[in-house]
Amino acid sequence: MTPATLGSRAPASPGERALIGVLALQGDFAEHIASLNACGIEGIDAVEVRTLEQLAAVDGLIIPGGESTTIARLLIAFELMEPLRDRIRAGLPAWGTCAGAIMLAVEVTNLDRPPIAAMDITVERNAFGRQIDSFEADLDIAGMEGPPLRAVFIRAPVITRAGAGVEVLCRLDDGRIVATRQGRLLATSFHPELTADHRMHALFARMVLAAKASSAVETT
Amino acid sequence: MTSNGSTNVTSSHSSDTATWTVKAGLAQMLKGGVIMDVVTPEHAEIAQEAGACAVMALERVPSDIRAAGGVARMSHVKMIKEIQATVSIPVMAKARIGHFVEAQILEAIGVDYVDESEVLTPADDVHHIDKHNFKVPFVCGCRNLGEALRRISEGAAMIRTKGEAGTGDIVEAVRHMRSLWSDIRRIQGMRDDELYVVAKDMQVPIDLVRQVRTLGKLPVTNFSAGGVASPADAALMMQLGAEGVFVGSGIFKSGAELDDGTASGHKKMLDSQRAMATAIVKAVTHFNDPQILAEVSMEIPDSMRGQSVSSMAPSELLAGRGN
Repeated sequence: MTPATLGSRAPASPGERALIGVLALQGDFAEHIASLNACGIEGIDAVEVRTLEQLAAVDGLIIPGGESTTIARLLIAFELMEPLRDRIRAGLPAWGTCAGAIMLAVEVTNLDRPPIAAMDITVERNAFGRQIDSFEADLDIAGMEGPPLRAVFIRAPVITRAGAGVEVLCRLDDGRIVATRQGRLLATSFHPELTADHRMHALFARMVLAAKASSAVETT
Repeated sequence: MTSNGSTNVTSSHSSDTATWTVKAGLAQMLKGGVIMDVVTPEHAEIAQEAGACAVMALERVPSDIRAAGGVARMSHVKMIKEIQATVSIPVMAKARIGHFVEAQILEAIGVDYVDESEVLTPADDVHHIDKHNFKVPFVCGCRNLGEALRRISEGAAMIRTKGEAGTGDIVEAVRHMRSLWSDIRRIQGMRDDELYVVAKDMQVPIDLVRQVRTLGKLPVTNFSAGGVASPADAALMMQLGAEGVFVGSGIFKSGAELDDGTASGHKKMLDSQRAMATAIVKAVTHFNDPQILAEVSMEIPDSMRGQSVSSMAPSELLAGRGN
């Protein structure tokens, strides 16, 4: 296994497995679970999250691609919005891809429901236009070793503002921000779950393991 | 290519639009969701508010197409553009089977997906559209694995089982979904050398047959269509292996009896349709949880009256178009 270049704190003690949930209200949650299972990081398990009980059990959460208006409404309808917001603000590692990045932002252009509002970024929905403008591109992600990452953008949002504590991980050629990190939170405009390159999933899995290990230290 | 000059963060190179990954990818984003037929911006707004993951812009819902008779064509461009202007979710629209110019027009106005649909009157009774030639992705109907793979080989990036549109009868949707999965499971149990005969019998490329066997599913997203009229119908199709659901007449033909011609009657009908739409969205998310399905079913008005498929003459059925 290659050493972590990001989120590289000591891994959890052996036998201490981390449970990574994927919010499964709507969207491509199955692809995220497959990518987590294939990312090569040991000591993690992946599960779908649809209920409060499932949410309470996880050590990290991915909010997948999908339709952000749909996901926002279902979070509210099933009374998951507040508990999710509380857990993420209390330090649950979370990663949003596309619609998920929209949900994590404190501010969103053109979304008619309040998002989870955890990461200090502003996101513009459908920033590239309609589906015929969707595209793939090779990206260099700050801190990621190896060749550029092939990234898939589908009716994708962009991050139009990154707050003071937010690290910009990637910009397009035109300067627009498409990946950010703030502490235990990760946001990407694109969909690493749609390709066979699982480095972003490995990065997030290491973030979750590191957070679990550090909270274990705090409680002992 | 050059970086834009900022430090630490670097640039992108070689960007491509309309790749297979991008076309099939939008369908993957719709999974676990409900795509609703809408005929007016008012419907589109109700659909988005209820949590639809996309809308299908139509001139008439399928049950009205049946009632009206005549030739059913692509919807009026002006109406589709009004719906695009109303909602922020993806907007799909239907083209007639084989009518590649209707598809060109839909691409030109920027619809997010084209449904080459048997619900409209076919323009070509031999050929389907060569969907590889388009930047916009296509969804097509199927009744079995052979139809699905023929459509995928023509370039469809998403499949829906056909069912029988506009009836409110789920029996054909069930038949087609069961047939598809039964074919897939049969292939999974075969030896390599037996796949050639499958490809020959189904008139599909051997590579697609091999792919289905490896994946244990279609290589593209597969929704269910044609007959869903209640949250229970939607959850049934999900439990039978659909990755999402199209609902046409089942929403905007429910509660029609409430509209007595008065403004308050019209509002009652829309409220009832809103409740049905919301309930079906929730049922698709929790399709495997009977407790939640029971709660969701408490909230709904009466389903559309419907028409049982077994009472219809073969000439009235749409699913046989474009095999």
